[in-house]
Amino acid sequence: MKSLEELRKIREEAIKNIEMRNPDKDIRVVVGMATCGISAGARPVLSTFVDEVAKRNLKNVQVVQTGCIGMCTYEPIVEIYSPDKEKVTYIHVDSEKAKRIVAEHLVNGRVVREYTIGSEI
Amino acid sequence: MAIFRAHVLICGGSGCTSNKSQVVRKRFEEKIKEVQLDKEVQVVGTGCFGLCEEGPVVIVYPEGSFYSRMTVDKVDEIVEEHLLKGRIVEKYLYKEKVKVEDAKEHKSLMEVQFYSKQKRVALRNCGLINPEDINEYIARDGYMALGKVLTEMSPQDVIQLMKESNLRGRGGAGFPVGLKWGFAAPNKADQKYIICNADEGDPGAFMDRSILEGDPHAVLEAMAIAGYAIGATKGFIYVRAEYPIAVRRLHIAIDQARELGLLGKNIFDSGFDFDIETRLGAGAFVCGEETALMQSIQGNRGMAKVKPPFPANKGLWGKPTVINNVETLANIPQIILKGPEWFKSFGTEKSPGTKVFALGGKITNTGLVEVPMGITLREVIYDIGGGCPGGKAFKAVQTGGPSGGCLTAGHLDTPVDYENLAAVGSIMGSGGMIVMDEDNCMVDIARFFLDFIVDESCGKCTPCRVGTKRMLTILERITQGKGTLEDLEELESLANSIKNSSLCGLGQTAPNPVLATLRYFRDEYIAHVVDKKCPAKNCKALLTFEIDKDKCTGCTLCARNCPVSCISGTVKNPHEINQELCIKCGNCYSVCRFGAVQKN
Repeated sequence: MKSLEELRKIREEAIKNIEMRNPDKDIRVVVGMATCGISAGARPVLSTFVDEVAKRNLKNVQVVQTGCIGMCTYEPIVEIYSPDKEKVTYIHVDSEKAKRIVAEHLVNGRVVREYTIGSEI
Repeated sequence: MAIFRAHVLICGGSGCTSNKSQVVRKRFEEKIKEVQLDKEVQVVGTGCFGLCEEGPVVIVYPEGSFYSRMTVDKVDEIVEEHLLKGRIVEKYLYKEKVKVEDAKEHKSLMEVQFYSKQKRVALRNCGLINPEDINEYIARDGYMALGKVLTEMSPQDVIQLMKESNLRGRGGAGFPVGLKWGFAAPNKADQKYIICNADEGDPGAFMDRSILEGDPHAVLEAMAIAGYAIGATKGFIYVRAEYPIAVRRLHIAIDQARELGLLGKNIFDSGFDFDIETRLGAGAFVCGEETALMQSIQGNRGMAKVKPPFPANKGLWGKPTVINNVETLANIPQIILKGPEWFKSFGTEKSPGTKVFALGGKITNTGLVEVPMGITLREVIYDIGGGCPGGKAFKAVQTGGPSGGCLTAGHLDTPVDYENLAAVGSIMGSGGMIVMDEDNCMVDIARFFLDFIVDESCGKCTPCRVGTKRMLTILERITQGKGTLEDLEELESLANSIKNSSLCGLGQTAPNPVLATLRYFRDEYIAHVVDKKCPAKNCKALLTFEIDKDKCTGCTLCARNCPVSCISGTVKNPHEINQELCIKCGNCYSVCRFGAVQKN
């Protein structure tokens, strides 16, 4: 090890994986992963969220999966819980939309209105 | 680096491993592969989580679900329900984790009773990281302290920082680390040494073992920092051979550190060299004593030597040597990174920081805990430990192993630190805390510890070699109902002589359990020698086993299990024990399902 910089680089990479092992996070991204969700394509959505959160080092975001939310026609469904804010429900999510949700909603705090359930009804 | 969406952390400490945690782990790996989740879910073997009573322990992230008492038959369900479908399997969770009112929200790990009063500093990585992967240690700021020390501080700065933090040795003596390093540094020598004392001989203590198994790099990093501070380029870890998992993890850690250039020549391009080797103990308690330990490393029989000279001046092979305990070292990288003021912000004024305790004996939550100094014994035993199981009454707690004393219910509000425990006749020791209840005989406890000491005495000095044996003989006589009041006086007088004239700490502290029990439980000794009775109904020679005819159903189980066939009786009729032939083995008492066998 020749310098602290080298060590820091290793740390930056390794932290991304370790961050998962802390359940006390503010923001929860809940991806519906029941049979309806999975058959509608929720697995890649889940992976995208996990990758994007790790890439951007969003330490206060937890990505979890859940069972059937009930509105099966709208799967893949992603719900985002933030402290002191109303729950936001995104529907018909895919990998591309997931990336945009991370960038706009999680990083910049702006809900992507056109993907939410409100915009459909 | 692959990112996984879920981590399954499985405890790989000695406790859970002996309870088949590795079989559980293998099944997780197989099943996860079967359902094709192996690219998404990472299975990680970690060190000790601490709640050993509930092991094998498995924690699943991101939810932080704490599955306890895991067996291999539960694995498939957890993989299918929790990992695949996101439905936490509540029936396998640690009971306290589930909030009754709101079934959807589980308590976080740090909120359960066992963990809420703990402050994990030395144990901060145990149970969280994979100890066999240096990258995970680095992710937790590993080796940043060494980097800071080598690039920004002088050896004197480091010693000054350690002095300011007032970190005291956690091996039992509580000697200030900064002071010890300060003695070794100015000595001029062609070679100096850092030794990590990982012998951990106290029966029932496993603090150091868990740190070595769960976070070995913390020890390596601290040794390198110590080496820089005093001018040593070589370190030895003296670890007892009875810890094979720890030894293996240490070797893996040393190899990985060397590979990354964190051990070896010119670390961080600073010109500082440091390398570490392990040396295995061979089963002698006395080799935990520093002078005997150094003799052992040198290839001699482990026998203590007179001090002075102190190791800091003349130690291993006559060179200046600093010897520190595992837990002491585990604190150091944090102190360097966060500063002495942070370390002094918890604990007490004379004993800052935390202490790791191994809770054992008659306690509900056996395991490893780390608490800020100053917490009371009551909080540790009741709030964290869950009190004595089975509704039994608390009787005493032994702190400090065979060198320590026992404390009674009246001492439960004593704050735990070096000074307070010494003031009430015990010692902090290395952290073993054995809880005893109404069924423990304090005379027998004293005999047990003394028996251990007699076995482990190196034999060099007469007070210890002969004195402890004489004390043991008296105690054995007392527990067999052949003691006298004169024996008690003899015991006390012997104890004081041995304390004052033994060569090393083993002998000097050997009489402590006897003196403490005599002080606080004299009535039990009197009962043994005058009434020839054991109040706790423990000492077999002073008991009679009798069958209560009203409770006996005549099932004949006792008679069939009696090794000397001294129980007579016919089927469905009350049985009787022949007192002349009874050898008081207690078998009948253990096998009777109706509580008909009475101990009197």
